[in-house]
Amino acid sequence: MKELLGVVAAAVIAVFGAADAFAQDKVKVGFVYVGPVDDFGWTFRHDEGRKAIEAEFGDQVETTFVESVSEGPDAERVIRQLAESGHDIIFTTSFGFMNPTIKVAKDFPNVKFEHATGFKRADNVSTYSGRFYEGRAVIGAIAGKMTESNIIGYIGAFPIPEVVRGINAFTIALRKVNPEAEVKVVWLNTWFNPGQEADAAKTLLDQGADIITQHTDSPAPLQVAAERGAFAFGQASDNSQFAPEAHLTSIIDDWGPYYVERVRAVIDGTWESEDTWGGMDVGMIAMAPYASTVPDDIRAMAEEIEAQIIAGDLHAFAGPINDQAGNEIVAAGEVMSDEQLLTMDFYVEGVQGSLPN
Amino acid sequence: MIRLVPRQEVAPAMVYLSPVIALAATVLFGLILFAILGFPPLDPLFNFFVKPLLGPSGITNLLLKATPLILIAIGLSMGFRANVWNIGAEGQYTIGAVFAGGLALAFYDIDTPLLLPGMIVFGILGGMAWAAIPAFLRTRFNTSELLTSLMLVYVATQVLLYLVHGPWKDPDGFAFPETRLFHDAATLPRLWSGTRLNLGWPLALIAVFAAWIVMGRSLIGFQIRVSGAAPTAARFAGFSERRVIWLTLMIGGGLAGLSGMIEVSGTIGQLVPIISPGYGFTAIIVAFLGRLNPIGILFAGLLMALSFLGGEMVQIENGLPRSVGGLFQGMLLFFLLASDVLMNYRIVRVRTKHAQVATS
Repeated sequence: MKELLGVVAAAVIAVFGAADAFAQDKVKVGFVYVGPVDDFGWTFRHDEGRKAIEAEFGDQVETTFVESVSEGPDAERVIRQLAESGHDIIFTTSFGFMNPTIKVAKDFPNVKFEHATGFKRADNVSTYSGRFYEGRAVIGAIAGKMTESNIIGYIGAFPIPEVVRGINAFTIALRKVNPEAEVKVVWLNTWFNPGQEADAAKTLLDQGADIITQHTDSPAPLQVAAERGAFAFGQASDNSQFAPEAHLTSIIDDWGPYYVERVRAVIDGTWESEDTWGGMDVGMIAMAPYASTVPDDIRAMAEEIEAQIIAGDLHAFAGPINDQAGNEIVAAGEVMSDEQLLTMDFYVEGVQGSLPN
Repeated sequence: MIRLVPRQEVAPAMVYLSPVIALAATVLFGLILFAILGFPPLDPLFNFFVKPLLGPSGITNLLLKATPLILIAIGLSMGFRANVWNIGAEGQYTIGAVFAGGLALAFYDIDTPLLLPGMIVFGILGGMAWAAIPAFLRTRFNTSELLTSLMLVYVATQVLLYLVHGPWKDPDGFAFPETRLFHDAATLPRLWSGTRLNLGWPLALIAVFAAWIVMGRSLIGFQIRVSGAAPTAARFAGFSERRVIWLTLMIGGGLAGLSGMIEVSGTIGQLVPIISPGYGFTAIIVAFLGRLNPIGILFAGLLMALSFLGGEMVQIENGLPRSVGGLFQGMLLFFLLASDVLMNYRIVRVRTKHAQVATS
């Protein structure tokens, strides 16, 4: 009987222990996603970044992800489990993971953490984000040239600075080329919900919008725009496949180079806590190919804006900028500071309605 | 042709055995599923059911996750026994969290040991207040509590969002929609340092025990059961329907509110836009999985919590998609319902000719 137990125990160790044993010297990289990997938006792009790590380092690394993690009480457990299971660096890719990341990082000083879009750092916690608003400045100008109703529909996730910044950058660029145009915003309080996103797009089109743009993660609004013969911009990823006739361009988040660089730093032992806010100049933000429905002159204008942003000649928040009440926030000839950008909690002139706060 | 014929007698042991049979069938079909997907089937199964319990924080993670499910399900089960269909525990949970969190923020600068008990009371009161609306509408206007309690979930969510985006937003939080982090005086103490398990778990155990006493051994428990099983008899016996409705909704709302308090104080440590991954709804499943019986709910809550943890673990260890966790939950419920049907009905094969005779 004893022998039998011994055999069983040996078998169990052989089956379950083997996997652990040969994963020892690889660098383990963990990802916590707020949405499903196939949202074709935000999370999809982070997962592309994860694949870039695998492509770059091959057998040197092992990557893991946990998808659709709620930003509530579950987040800390998931991050902790990744830390406990021997991951060397963990990327938490949504703003709601900030405090859970900081809490877990305190208990695992030897694990590196990278939190996207937050502002709290520690010795083993870096933050990183993209200057998505630069892309908003490009699509805002395109929308201003192409709208006929002069009403643009904007679907927002949460009224946090990042999303408000996108709305304002879009509106400033929109009205620079078309002072008559205005933006209507619908807030959904979710990052990913195709049903609600589609409903929001319908509502905005019913209210006279002829172009839809979104700061949520599913391609549903594009599909609604296509059904109604309207135009739309994709989110985070090239979404042209979902609605080729409606899709004008998308703002693409490209996390791959950053992720590769950070994992390399872990492998080399040179990783340090940093705050990265990358824009078009470093390729973290890029534009998807412009659709054939974008007229040549407008395409040329958009490419010019891109070039100016990359060269540092154009800032999406260059004065004069007024808030909705007409008060001057940034004077002509000045640009908004990063501090102001990061804490933005007001709408600029040209956005309809009031910011929920 | 197959027919279901009600059994004359149901074997008493089957009532307890059927969840076990359902679990066994889930494991079996899980093995087959993993084999078809091309995994050595034991490995993901081990990772799903056993691995989450190992390691330094395994068991405590499970108990922490099960706490709100059990607490809410205990409250709901009393109502369900009495045919009071409160399906809005998610909203009562949210308002309980808001009440307790509001107190923590109001006394942000004051370090007093009275704050935590106060938050517990406020959490319970918040949940009760939210459940009082369907109770009032039902007893005064005979409005279905099924609808009103559910719709109030969405109202509660908006209340929370308004507060964290507006008046309660952390002044130093870069305009992010979160309140300040609660101080230690407003944080439920942990049972063991180094783990996340807090005082909420013993509170859940107390609720299980109290419900077991009340439902099994008290007059009011008897009234609740009779009101559900035989409303006419309850009326003849002079039991007040109004009283049972109020009582069960207050218990359900109070325990849901308490869970909300436990989560924001013990687990999250602040109010944020999302404070529940659907605990109030999952608890309905837990209540029925546990046969509306307090001890059953204890085990059902642990099993349901394990299915969430296991779902994460197979993502981490095997790279399986998140839907595997949902698939296991779905199989479990499917097999439970199936074994319930077979427990209460016999399958009889009838020849078509007979069937025609029977129907004509």
